[in-house]
Amino acid sequence: MAVITYRQALHDTLRSELIRDPNVFLMGEEIGVFEGSYKITAGLLTEFGPERVRDTPIAEEGFVGAAIGAAMLGLRPVVEIMTINFSILAMDQIVNHAAKIHAMFGGQSKVPMVIRTPGGGGQQLAATHSQNIEVWYAHVPGLKVVVPATPADAKGLLAASIRDDDPVMFIENLALYNTKGNVPDGDYVTEIGKAAVTKEGTDITIVSYSRMAAVALDVAKRLQDDEGVSAEVVDLRSLRPLDRATIVNSVKKTGRAVVLEEDWLSYGVGAEIAATIQEGAFDYLDAPVRRVAAAEVPLPYAKPLELAALPDATALVKVIHETLDATRFRR
Amino acid sequence: MVAVSSMDVATSSEFVQLLTPEGQRLENPEYPLEITPEEVRALYRDLALVRRFDVEATALQRQGELGIWAQLLGQEAAQIGSGRALAPGDMVFPTYREHGVAWCRGIPPEKLLELFRGVNFGGWDPGRHNFSLYTIVIGAQTLHATGYAMGMQRDGAEDAVIVYFGDGASSEGDVNEAFIFAASYNAPVVFFLQNNQWAISVPEERQSRIPLFQRAHGFGFPGVRVDGNDVLACLAVTRKALQHAREGQGPFLIEAFTYRMGAHTTSDDPTRYRLASELETWKLRDPIERVKAYLSRGGFADSSFFDSVESEGDELAARVRAACLSMPEPKPIDIFDQPYAGGSPLVDEERATFEHYQAGFAEEGGR
Repeated sequence: MAVITYRQALHDTLRSELIRDPNVFLMGEEIGVFEGSYKITAGLLTEFGPERVRDTPIAEEGFVGAAIGAAMLGLRPVVEIMTINFSILAMDQIVNHAAKIHAMFGGQSKVPMVIRTPGGGGQQLAATHSQNIEVWYAHVPGLKVVVPATPADAKGLLAASIRDDDPVMFIENLALYNTKGNVPDGDYVTEIGKAAVTKEGTDITIVSYSRMAAVALDVAKRLQDDEGVSAEVVDLRSLRPLDRATIVNSVKKTGRAVVLEEDWLSYGVGAEIAATIQEGAFDYLDAPVRRVAAAEVPLPYAKPLELAALPDATALVKVIHETLDATRFRR
Repeated sequence: MVAVSSMDVATSSEFVQLLTPEGQRLENPEYPLEITPEEVRALYRDLALVRRFDVEATALQRQGELGIWAQLLGQEAAQIGSGRALAPGDMVFPTYREHGVAWCRGIPPEKLLELFRGVNFGGWDPGRHNFSLYTIVIGAQTLHATGYAMGMQRDGAEDAVIVYFGDGASSEGDVNEAFIFAASYNAPVVFFLQNNQWAISVPEERQSRIPLFQRAHGFGFPGVRVDGNDVLACLAVTRKALQHAREGQGPFLIEAFTYRMGAHTTSDDPTRYRLASELETWKLRDPIERVKAYLSRGGFADSSFFDSVESEGDELAARVRAACLSMPEPKPIDIFDQPYAGGSPLVDEERATFEHYQAGFAEEGGR
């Protein structure tokens, strides 16, 4: 067990997977000589050479499509799209091809590929470079969508994604790259599709993922220490498949639920979670399921405006208080 | 602007033709072709049988037995010529019209109908035939082919990839990005563009100001225009392009200049947007008639040969029709079989729910 950053965990996992399996190779814009816009691939070109760490032309649809072809041959491409915002340019290849080839080829061709890409706001990168559109991909059968929040999950889920026989959207978060945490040594694989209960509690469930799962955990600890509120935190880790059982079981225990998500409210991940809860735990609910999400505006550039648009700990605490108060919970 | 008409180029020196519409054999020093009469007879048989199959499939659609059919009528030479140039290890990425190439890869024609009858997404094993499933999304397969070729290159294989697309697809971003990737990585891929003059109702002039084969030069690899109705020229040029790719010289663009003599699909009526005289002009360049003329005039085949091919075609059509009509209906529960190679708990959950739902009808006395 070592304490390392989320960035380091990603880097080390890419490296160890490149060593483990000669069919694994990396492809993307500026990942070689420049070592990636966020330096996840630092040193890998030097170590593995340009065959396995390929700098590509600036054409997202192009390299995602080429990766699909390579995967159909049996290779295991790990594509980096510089940010999730640019994945929109590759939407047809992701949604119409990567996600569908296995089914449309009668199960005769697999597409074992990973698309790594960071989302998230808060970096003053403005509206076209700060989006959280993971739910677009989570909607599509044939894809898997994972959203690690911790360095340990970054490692375990990336290894699982690379070894998976289906296409995986591996969605990172810009604001998590420098966060630190304990990461198990050696070969460490986290099963895709299992949520984590990162803090147990009895009074209210907070469901979240990616960077907001880290915020949720901080808030839960603070409420425990300052107010004696016992909040349980469910970190989804995977949006598709979604671990409905863990969510429902938690709410059956607590009777209250709040979703914290960095994407937009309407049609967002929280809507799916709220529906899952009412289908699975309706009779256990003491209060309506609440959602804390981003303001429904293109994300502003100016710092105070950007902060105003994004969900945060303060907003989460307020909604938790409202939910508790509505059920006359003594705190 | 000086517009170069495609038709002008078709008669210029930048146009590879080895068999004229009248059946006269030409030589081209860049694309030499030694071919025996027996081999030409075999090509004739291929051409005639795929046309007969295409006619039967069109009839089946008109009779309500297929949901839709994409006719290859007029493009037989482009497909048979290029298809017969392939080595067994070469990989093919088709559009949805490459019935002639599928024939060359040994796929039973009735297998092609499974998709168009709507019983599955395509009934053949792409790995066994080295022929990918049909891609309906325009141009997308050019990228898959390029990536596949890059993988073959990495594996040190001595095979090449050929990918089919049309004049309309040449405007897609995917195709242009495939050109860039293939050039950047020197991928062993042959881009086989069948310019059949029409993207449904939009003429080639709307896609490009220059002849399409010339686009390759801008991407840094060779492009050539071949008479797409000349099976010998398509064979010779594709052989050379595949060899070029196999030898590590990278991608190659072939523009097979041909004509869609039928409709885009059976859902289309071309009389709404093109002149009958155009079709008449192209009938004079028919890909099969010229081979017949060559064989007859040279004394390489007599009427008994042509009759035997015709009756073989009728037998093929009858077999295909019978196979089409007896295709089993898929079971609804099958929809959950293949969304993921490795399965998914959500899909398992839905399958169980659906089984329960279906069982409910059984209790009520069936559905």
